[in-house]
Amino acid sequence: MATVTQPMPGPGRTPVKGSTRVVRLLRGIARPYRNSHGVGRFMLVTGTVLVVLMLLTAVFAPLIATFGFSQVAGADGQRFMNHAEPGAEHIFGTTTQGFDVFSRVVWGARTAVTVVLLALAFSLFLGVLLGLIAGFVGRWVDRVLVMVMDALFALPALLLAIVVAFLLSEYVGGGASTAALAITAVYVPQYFRVVRAATVSAKEQTYVEAARAMGARPATIMFRYLLTNVIQSVPVIATLNAADAILTLAGLGFLGYGIQPTEAAEWGYDLQRAVSDTGAGIWWTGLYPGLAIVLLVMGLTLMGEGLNETMNPAIRVRRLIPISMPELTAAQRTKAAQVPERDRPGQDRPVDTGGEDRNSREPGSGETGKGGAA
Amino acid sequence: MTEPVISVRDLRVWYGSERGPVRAVDGVTFDLRPGETLGLVGESGCGKSTLGRGVLGLLPRGAKLAGEVNYEGRNLVTASPKAIQRLRGPDLGLIFQEPLTRLNPLLRISDQFEETLRTHEPGLSKQDIRHRSIEVLRAMGIPPTRYRAYPHEFSGGMRQRIMIALALVLRPSFVVADEPTTALDVLVEAQIIGILGDLRRNFDTSLLFITHNLGIVAEACDRVAVMYAGRIVEQGPVTEVFARPQHPYTRELLRSTISLSTTGLHYIPGAPPDLIEPPSGCRFHPRCPSAMRVCPEQFPEQVEVGPQRVECWLHGPDELVPEGGREPLVREEITVADEA
Amino acid sequence: MPTKPELMTTPEQSAERPLMEIRDLKVHYELRGSALARLVGGEGETVKAVDGVNVALRKGEVLGLVGESGSGKTTLGRALLGLVRPTSGHITYGDLDLARMPQRQLRSVRRRLQMVFQDPHAALNPSMDLATAIGHPLRIHKLVKSKAEARERVRETLERVGLTPADQFLDKLPAELSGGQKQRAVIARAIICGPELLVADEPISMLDMSVRAKILELMLELGRDLDLTYVYITHDLATAKFFCDRVAIMYLGRVVEIGPTEEIFADPKHPYTKALLRAVPDLDPERKVPRDLPRGEIPDAAAPPHGCSFHPRCPFAFEPCGWEARDLRAMFERRWIRLGEDALAREEPLVGELTEVDAHEEMVRVRAGGRAAELTALLEEARADEPDDPLWKGVERIESDGGAVVVRFRPGIDPGLLRVNAVDVACHLHDPNLSHDH
Repeated sequence: MATVTQPMPGPGRTPVKGSTRVVRLLRGIARPYRNSHGVGRFMLVTGTVLVVLMLLTAVFAPLIATFGFSQVAGADGQRFMNHAEPGAEHIFGTTTQGFDVFSRVVWGARTAVTVVLLALAFSLFLGVLLGLIAGFVGRWVDRVLVMVMDALFALPALLLAIVVAFLLSEYVGGGASTAALAITAVYVPQYFRVVRAATVSAKEQTYVEAARAMGARPATIMFRYLLTNVIQSVPVIATLNAADAILTLAGLGFLGYGIQPTEAAEWGYDLQRAVSDTGAGIWWTGLYPGLAIVLLVMGLTLMGEGLNETMNPAIRVRRLIPISMPELTAAQRTKAAQVPERDRPGQDRPVDTGGEDRNSREPGSGETGKGGAA
Repeated sequence: MTEPVISVRDLRVWYGSERGPVRAVDGVTFDLRPGETLGLVGESGCGKSTLGRGVLGLLPRGAKLAGEVNYEGRNLVTASPKAIQRLRGPDLGLIFQEPLTRLNPLLRISDQFEETLRTHEPGLSKQDIRHRSIEVLRAMGIPPTRYRAYPHEFSGGMRQRIMIALALVLRPSFVVADEPTTALDVLVEAQIIGILGDLRRNFDTSLLFITHNLGIVAEACDRVAVMYAGRIVEQGPVTEVFARPQHPYTRELLRSTISLSTTGLHYIPGAPPDLIEPPSGCRFHPRCPSAMRVCPEQFPEQVEVGPQRVECWLHGPDELVPEGGREPLVREEITVADEA
Repeated sequence: MPTKPELMTTPEQSAERPLMEIRDLKVHYELRGSALARLVGGEGETVKAVDGVNVALRKGEVLGLVGESGSGKTTLGRALLGLVRPTSGHITYGDLDLARMPQRQLRSVRRRLQMVFQDPHAALNPSMDLATAIGHPLRIHKLVKSKAEARERVRETLERVGLTPADQFLDKLPAELSGGQKQRAVIARAIICGPELLVADEPISMLDMSVRAKILELMLELGRDLDLTYVYITHDLATAKFFCDRVAIMYLGRVVEIGPTEEIFADPKHPYTKALLRAVPDLDPERKVPRDLPRGEIPDAAAPPHGCSFHPRCPFAFEPCGWEARDLRAMFERRWIRLGEDALAREEPLVGELTEVDAHEEMVRVRAGGRAAELTALLEEARADEPDDPLWKGVERIESDGGAVVVRFRPGIDPGLLRVNAVDVACHLHDPNLSHDH
């Protein structure tokens, strides 16, 4: 609704100089942080802090972790004690197999981040490409793709991941890429759907017709005109899916279809091994990997929801900015004498200032829609 | 002289923005007498739509209103939202630009009329409702056989007629029509303008007709108010204002309008100003061909020139113009880079 | 890139032959009916967006396509560029027939045929800066070798369309420009490859009053300097009068009047043109809106009126204009608007299924259920009430036929374009064989 008459992008704005593309990219990344406010900003910032901490842990795992992820003996060749309580040597204690819990958690961050990044890259590539093609080409290509994607979407996520992981483990082995591909299969349909829907509406835009009118080939139109405009909703679902993917990965590990313990440290696997410990009062083997999962998932979810709140125009709440309204100057005010015969004679109009605070009011948005007789 | 139906005094509507308040309407004064049509013209972004909605109290959250909108002895600016809500419909009406989006697509035309009438006049019988609705629709040229049709069964012009009928069925004394013909074709536009003209005769309704089309103002309105950057810079009877525009903006706007008698192209250089930081003094001075030294210095006084009220130093009281204020203003040339 | 078709438009040839010739062009759209209709295999309706248009575009002229929404002017404009596939007919451009060319070959012709769009805010890719967007046609058609060369050409073109200093605009995104500036950028993109023909689809209708003149002026200048031929699509007769050399008035997919601008505006021949001209708002407050404008609006293009498609709205319509049963229904609707609810309640049951006629029928049979005499009397009463309604000229006779009333209409003739002075007009009023008494 064009009720708010916004001023034109005014003249005199300084032109963007230098390596504009980099500046624009950085601005694009910074925009949600600058534009958000209130709860949205809190979620976004908290989430980002958590995620960045986890990323740093993953990157610097070799420096942070006191031991290797499958190390069961110290440098002196002395085997670690099984089920050692948290203490000076093992700050989070050791597991039933004699692994150092702290090191496993830190290395687990690296695994989780690697797998999720790989899975994101795969599913983004596939989902965006297929969505773009289906939306742009339409006809039978669209129908076939939509059918396949719907079929994938209909399967329970974990079941699908297990099946894919099982099939792939024969050829690729039980490493991070297998887990990533299994998770990819789960998330491709989501990107596909979002991108396809955005493409279908974007291809009706005049600038797409303009591209056709200038003689661009379909591939050019798809990648130069549509792609940049349809991927804008992707960051939000990507972060939310990443959170979900962490859980799927842990789920696979928990069920024993994920990464093998010899390949990498994995939180889900550790949790599964810790199940029997709980009965014996050994809490540390389960608590720390569990906490790591919760923190990372929470971080990603908060970030995703925060992004959604600032980037999705449908739910974005415009911040109400307090306005201070000074009195009109004498020249700006209409003098009673200058309102000719139409004005009621002799009426003294007090300058209205008192009503200001009460006057900020909401329009009943309901009655404008109702029958229009408002 | 008859009492005005609505009299607006120093009305201001400001919005908040990151850069500061947007002064969409910044001190506007006008009156509307019964059965009178006031045309409100200006370029996009001058605040004319905001003014129309501000008068009816239909503003987005966070907008701030000050001044007076006097209607039947009440100041609507300070009245409670509930009180205004009660007035909207039976007393104050609004006709929108895009008729399709304003009609509920799932309800028959008859249902929409019933709902409107039931809300505001609960005592009416079903027969009375039907009778009154059909009478109004007939006046708008909608066949009574179509009373029970759905909105999508009508063409754009018909929908706009239905919208007008819906606004009029409650017989409001004041209606704001916000660009009611902009989305329509020439012939249909002319039909609707004709209908709105009949309206004043048949219903004695006062109309605030918001448009950017000066031709329509010439044909449909009694008086005209020209808006620029949140202020009404000139108002007066249409015949006078069009024949002898007193404000340079009115004059330039009339000259830049392309009509059937246009033989040369003319335009106003530059762009409408930023409403957050409007130019100092007279807001039109950066684009004004007759700008003087006083113009950026001081806000122009409102003066009476014949039947018009103008806000321009060309007519300003001499005693207020400082020494040398009438010298032409020296400005940098406006480049296309700054155009609208 | 596929082999380029030869563009045979040497100056010697174009002196005699038109730049582009459109012959009997039709663009029909198949409307998919309801889901049920598709299931049972019923045929969808056909919308005749462009229905048999013949126009020759002369080199260097400005041809206006004027009409209301639904007149087919935009579809015709897009068909000229091959953006819309014609159903039949020919668009001869040089030695090529654009109507039959495969998309692949059309693409390379497109640098000579360009378009300016109505909505400048939507016509530029929001995520492409001006240098890339305006220079893209050059890269598509491989007219430049490097990015730097393209940038240089964009700089020149920006200066050409008045976006100066160009450096200030090269790296801007469309969102950073005002409406007028965007339209200049769109024009820059259209002219950068050196086109011959520019189709301008309402290029100024979304702009503010104070900017319109500037953009028109720019287009006039460019037309002169670059030797462009324009097709100017508009609903605004005032700008058409100022801007065009020739004007084609379109109504429901057909050209109803075409000729030199001065003659059409000084002496409009078609009743539709006359009505349009009178409806244009004027700056003169002394002039009031004319009261006797054609009733109604452009009819549904899926079921256009028989004969001359303007006849149901035309105040001068007469016998051969194509009267049909639907017109009778419309007459009753007008009657009930005039007479009100009571007349409706009294007469509607009598008229019965007449209100359901939707297709073209030259004869209508109303089963009045034993009240045939009453219905005949009603028809006579209606005729007596409004004897000047052109409909009655089209009614051949009203007869009773065993409990039913049959209304027969005179056969309609499709009006073709007739030459009157310098103007071609599709109206029977100007056909001496038909309108002996007009």
